[in-house]
This record gives sequence, structure tokens and C-alpha cells, in this order.
Amino acid sequence: MPEVTVLIPSLLRPLTGGQEQLRLDVGGGATVAELLDAIGGGFPTFGRRVRDETGALRRFVNIYLDGDDVRRMAGLATPVAAGQELMIIQSVAGG
Amino acid sequence: MPPGAYMTRLDPMATNGDTSKTTYLLAVGTKKGLWLGTSTDRSNYSFTGPHFLMNEIPSIGIDTRNGATRILVGVRSEHWGPTVAHSDDLGATWSEPENGAITFPADTEAALERVWQLQPDTAERPGVVWAGCEPISVWKSTDGGEHFELNRGLWDHPHRTEWGAGFGGAAAHTVLPSPSDPNTIHIAMSTGGVYRSTDGGESWEPRNRGIGADFMPDETPEFGQCVHKVARDAVKPEVLYAQNHGGVYRTDDNGDTWTSIAEGLPADFGFTMMAHPRRSGTAWVVPITADSERIPPGGQLAVHRTDDGGASWTRLAEGVVEPDYNVVLRDAASVDTAEPVGVYFGTRGGTVYASADEGNTFTPVLKQLPDVLCVRAAAVEL
Repeated sequence: MPEVTVLIPSLLRPLTGGQEQLRLDVGGGATVAELLDAIGGGFPTFGRRVRDETGALRRFVNIYLDGDDVRRMAGLATPVAAGQELMIIQSVAGG
Repeated sequence: MPPGAYMTRLDPMATNGDTSKTTYLLAVGTKKGLWLGTSTDRSNYSFTGPHFLMNEIPSIGIDTRNGATRILVGVRSEHWGPTVAHSDDLGATWSEPENGAITFPADTEAALERVWQLQPDTAERPGVVWAGCEPISVWKSTDGGEHFELNRGLWDHPHRTEWGAGFGGAAAHTVLPSPSDPNTIHIAMSTGGVYRSTDGGESWEPRNRGIGADFMPDETPEFGQCVHKVARDAVKPEVLYAQNHGGVYRTDDNGDTWTSIAEGLPADFGFTMMAHPRRSGTAWVVPITADSERIPPGGQLAVHRTDDGGASWTRLAEGVVEPDYNVVLRDAASVDTAEPVGVYFGTRGGTVYASADEGNTFTPVLKQLPDVLCVRAAAVEL
């Protein structure tokens, strides 16, 4: 099955049933947004933590695709292929 | 309002002086979490917390209607955004709707930034809870705060493009439904000022005549003021008190006109405004020196109370540690509904004070917390 692996930050694991990573079937490919839609469908509260209700990635949440910041690529429209790894992680914020 | 015209409203929520078995709940929202305390004397508390560690808690509502206690909190993480949670067991467990209690409809193309106010309506309207939010918006729940609906009358208001942002953000921070008329609601926003609806929230009109805006070229605009907090008189719902960004005011005509009641205060700047839950004419403020000098006057932190609608003020600082150079933010002060009324406030330095005698004496009940953003208290049934 053509899958991608999505790494869940520890603070949000209670919202994914404790799962540290999720494996998603991307078929012939999907965008980051489509993957987040799929995860949010199963875990709506997780979805709200990562993106706001307009669909925008929250300012201090970063997503790396095989180590590259998707904001420096095509953002949430960045294509993801089977075998790749998506890391969701909080960035530097607060005082 | 003539002297001697102040009355006391009978309130079934009051404890009628029988405080022997009363438990008092004190909820303290800070920049990094929530603390919950219970007490039998409003001086010695047992606290739990921090709940929601590393989340700011800018708003709290304690709903004691329906014979139960529900704590509603606005929660906001710098990383993971805002949400509303509630607890029906004094904070032992928390719930939030999977899809969020407050979510902007898609057509608005807006996203919730922060929940500034969670205000249960009167006992005659059980289940109704109001929210004031950033971006500037007002919301109404009819299910006890689990789901809110955006007030479209305010969202689509033609003034929206001219409303501004105070330092803390552009928010509707005060929502005051009238106990005498379900169609009358007053709100306050920073910046924009006071708005009133008399048709249940279908339409809103600015009600700022007499309130200054010394940070604008026109110092008495129709709207645009930075009204920091408004409280409604207990007996006369057409009487409200306002702490402005410079100026303390009272209206006797439902907000149509405002007159200064700042004389007798050491400063007319500040953030808080509280009104007595039953007795007309009694209100409390915490003065701050000025916009340009945001500390208590002379570093001497004190609450001031009027018992005559603002004609005169009494300084109350017994038990308050001095000096203190921290401000008390707009929702970091509150009263309960017990008899005598409790008065509570917390500073940006993290000290929380409680008074069981209307502010005559204070006891520090928490110290060295993160910045206190919101304080709410109530007599509750356990």
C-alpha cells in the first residue's frame, strides 16, 4: 500500500489516541492539506490544533516533509508521495 | 441619579447571610494556566493547578444556574490556538466539543484568535451563555457554552472596518445582557467603545456620547473609544459604569449619555470595573496612574469603591502588600454574589487577593503566579 508516515508531536498524542505516528494511504499522491484533512476527519480536535478554521496552518506550527519545511515549498499544497515522512512539530513561541 | 436612590435587589443566588455551609470557588486564569481554589471563609483556600499548563486562560465563566456548577474557560496556546473547555466537576475533568465551541463560519474567512469573555446570562435564561472574542465578535450559546453561534448583526456592522486594536488585540471583551429585557445587550470593544442592541442582537448602535478618546484627533467621536470594562448596576439595568482608557463614567439612560464619575479617584485610567450584584450604586475600580504611566499611583495598589453611584470613592488597601508596581487587567478582578459580597483581583505580578467584606480587607491567597489575566468567583454547591 502506498503510504506516508506522519509523526505526531508528543503534546498532541492524546488527541490521536496516543499514536506517535500515523500511516496514511496516499494512492497516487496527495497534498499536505489533503493529508491533514484525512487526519482531521478522524481526529477533529487534533485538526483544530494544527490548522485554524480557514484551513491555514497555525503560525507557530511547522511541518517538515523529509526534513524540509513545507512553508519553503508550496505550503499546504506541497505534494506528498508514498514513502515520504511528514513531521508536525511546534516551533519557537512564547515567553 | 439622586442621592439616596440606591436600592438592594433580592437575589435568590445570594446566600442570605447563612455562610456556615457555603463553599466559595475562586478561578484564576493566568498567562500559563488555570488555578482553582475552594474555601469556606474566602481567606484560606485549597488550590489545584495549574490546569492547562502553558496555555493562557483569558476568560472564565462560572455558571451556577440549574443547581450545578459549570466552569467555562477560554484556553489559548501560542502553538495550538484557542478553544473553549468546560468542567462540571470543579476542574477534575475537562471537555471540549470535537469541532470546537466557537468556530467562525467559512463565509467569514476569519479565524478565532482568543476568547476574551464568557458570560452566563441571567437565571431566567438558563443555558444562555455569551462570548466576546478576537477578532471583534459576539457569540451566543443556548446549550450552556458547548456551542456558540456568531452574532451576524455585529459581524456585518458597517463600522467594522474602522474598529481598531488595543495593545492586547481587537476584541469584544465585555458582553452584558440586560436582566430586565432579553432584547437589550450592551457590549464593549477595544477599540470601538460601547455598542447596544435593543432587538436581541439583530442590530447594534454605538453608545459612547460623553466618553473621551484622547488618543484620537476628535476626542469625542461617535465610536472608536477604548472602553476597557463596563459593569451593569444590579437594581437599575439602565445604569452602567465604565472604566475607559482615560475616564470613569456612569450612564443613567441605558448608554445614551455618559457622565464622568472620576472625581475623587487618584487616577482616571485603569482596566477594571465591577458592580455590586444586588445593591444599586456600588461599584469598584482599580486605578492605574495613566496611559503613559501604567502602575498603581505611586506604586500603592488599591481598590476604590463607590456606594453612591460614583459621587464619592473610598480607597481600600488593607491587606494589600505595598509597594506593587503591577497593573490589574480588565478581567483580573471580579465579585461574587455572596453576602457580604466578595471582591477579588489579581495582578500581572501574579498575586491574587480575596476580600470577604466588599473590599474593606484583603488577603493574598496566591502569590508569584504568571500574569493574572482573569479572575472569577462564586458561591457553589458541592
